[in-house]
Amino acid sequence: MDVNIDKYLRQDKMPHIWCPGCGHGTVLGSFVRAFDQSGLDQEKTVVISGIGCSGRASGYLNFDTLHVTHGRALTFATGVKMANPELNVIVMTGDGDGAAIGGNHLIHSSRRNIDITVVLFNNNIYGMTGGQFSPMTPTGDTATTSPYGNIDQNFDLCELAKSSGATFVGRGASYQPRKMIKLIKEGLLHKGFAFIETLTQCPVNYGKRNMIGGARDMLKWQDEHLVPDKKYEKMDPEEREGLISTGVLYQVSKEEYTDKYQQVINNVMAGESNE
Amino acid sequence: MSKAKTLLLQGDEAVVEGGMAAGADFFAGYPITPASEIAEGFAEQLPANGGKFIQMEDEIAGMGCIVGASLAGAKAITATSGPGFSLKQENLGFAIMVEAPCVVVNVQRVGPSTGLPTSPSQGDIMQAKWGTHGDHPIIALSPSSVSETFDLTVTAFNLAEKYRIPVILLLDEIVGHMREKITIPPADELEIVNRKKPKPEDKDNFYPYEETEDLIPPMPDYGTGFKYHSTGLFHDKTGFPRGKTEDAKKLMDRLMGKINNNLDDIIHLEDDLNGDEDVVVLAYGSTVRSAISAVNQVREEGIKAGWVKLKTIWPFADDYVRKLAEKVDRIIVPELNMGQLIGEVERVAAGKAEVTGINRYDGTLITPADVVAEIKGAL
Ligand SMILES: Cc1ncc(C[n+]2csc(CCOP(=O)(O)OP(=O)(O)O)c2C)c(N)n1
Ligand code: SF4
Ligand SMILES: [Mg+2]
Repeated sequence: MDVNIDKYLRQDKMPHIWCPGCGHGTVLGSFVRAFDQSGLDQEKTVVISGIGCSGRASGYLNFDTLHVTHGRALTFATGVKMANPELNVIVMTGDGDGAAIGGNHLIHSSRRNIDITVVLFNNNIYGMTGGQFSPMTPTGDTATTSPYGNIDQNFDLCELAKSSGATFVGRGASYQPRKMIKLIKEGLLHKGFAFIETLTQCPVNYGKRNMIGGARDMLKWQDEHLVPDKKYEKMDPEEREGLISTGVLYQVSKEEYTDKYQQVINNVMAGESNE
Repeated sequence: MSKAKTLLLQGDEAVVEGGMAAGADFFAGYPITPASEIAEGFAEQLPANGGKFIQMEDEIAGMGCIVGASLAGAKAITATSGPGFSLKQENLGFAIMVEAPCVVVNVQRVGPSTGLPTSPSQGDIMQAKWGTHGDHPIIALSPSSVSETFDLTVTAFNLAEKYRIPVILLLDEIVGHMREKITIPPADELEIVNRKKPKPEDKDNFYPYEETEDLIPPMPDYGTGFKYHSTGLFHDKTGFPRGKTEDAKKLMDRLMGKINNNLDDIIHLEDDLNGDEDVVVLAYGSTVRSAISAVNQVREEGIKAGWVKLKTIWPFADDYVRKLAEKVDRIIVPELNMGQLIGEVERVAAGKAEVTGINRYDGTLITPADVVAEIKGAL
């Protein structure tokens, strides 16, 4: 399909700041295609991002955009959505931004099931600040702040979002942009809190330091480790070892937060006028 | 037509009444003593008037949330006390940088840390000015009574909207929890200011952070087609960072300038001076009450004393205090802290008048007798 993605990008802000081989651009490219396919109104859409290489995404997008403090994008997004539920609200965040400093906001935004779509760029590292370990850096890996190997445990963010109450949870990867477009589109159209983790490569601060190599090798690594969720579901625990499921991992329909609050307003106002 | 109504209210409740009268339609925050009554009041009143209330997971989130709401077009407020005010600081700086109008209430209690949760303090005067990192403008107001709390809450919203800046409303626990009779004026008698918005036809030539003549660029609501960018990075008129030092200076000068060019409009104070004072008590917040009562008492004894009540703490009333220092021998500054605003008085008085403090930082009040003793000691 030939789409005009130009109108969703701020052409005058190119070239972007991302390093050659960085996976973040693939996520951004997938996002604008997904947005186009979603049919949502560009003028009624706000994109909010935090701090990090991933956080720079909002600046390249031709919407109302807000580049906030580290980890707090969801709090601003919640304010925008609550104040005007007609707006489509999208958050772009990194694994440090969204899972470390912003982890609590992820839990509570999920819990509220507020209609926000989150795209989390997971490159398993703090890219922007030069390669310190993140909550997504696998145990044993090397980072500038784990020169002797990371003793922290990484964890499954999709499981976290799901158990916190997100009603759409999915995982995509820069190796599979077409699947990622479909996934993000579904997330955008989902009513409720949609959490999408995208695996992206940071060759500069993660791949090279951990013997995975450059961008090509990192994408190859993805190819060898990604399994569609339907297949993953059928695998034994031993078979799953080291593999990562992708696609829509979870989706349910539940009453959305701003709708519930509107109900409160309606009830209170009706009660008052009955007096 | 609406009528005036007389109510018996706490200061915290007067914040809610003042906010509603000013057109507040959004509250986000996190409970904390002695400010929880403000959240509770908005939780009840906002939905009844079509507004929104949300209890967030912490104060950082509360601050982020009201800034988001403000950019979406809401008149937004949050309320907290010391520990929560500390948590709000980073996003407060962000609000200053993106010029998002909003009101932040801090009902001060004794700190640092958990301190004395239910005891009064004026310990956050300097934090209100310097709590967030970097140079920046700020407006902070401090009421001394329940009815002044109502008035200054309206003023806080008006100044926030007019100057596109977060305005801090500094109560102390005494004013927050004290009950007084107040008369709320009819809605049509209140002056309500709303932010300047760009015209739809300006869309094509729109610079969200343009250096307009008044230094306050018009602010569109999200979703009205302007598709603009805001960031906490130093930016040029387009809203985008270019990483140029001249942009940093230009923006900082404009942010400071929009406040400094309008000090007469922003600085509110009252005084009771006959012009022949030997000694003047300069107070703010709940200590004003003891200051006034002490001055009235010593005047009966023939002592030439007067009082000044600062309602605007920041920006500091430099010009006024400078002139005052030229006229009087001594300025007494009572504060429920170890001496914070007194530093500003000393700076501005620059030796022209003697400046002394009365300080309490144990959660108890400064009484009129304390002030009388200091006045007499000064003579
Ligand atoms: C409060 C605060 N703490 C720390 C930083 C420094 N900082 C900037 S980006 C970043 C990490 C970003 O990592 P991630 O979210 O994974 O984004 P990436 O660069 O990898 O895309 C940190 C720690 C900051 N800007 N603000
Ligand atoms: S440091 Fe890593 S994440 Fe950041 S732009 Fe470079 S490759 Fe991408
Ligand atoms: Mg990262």
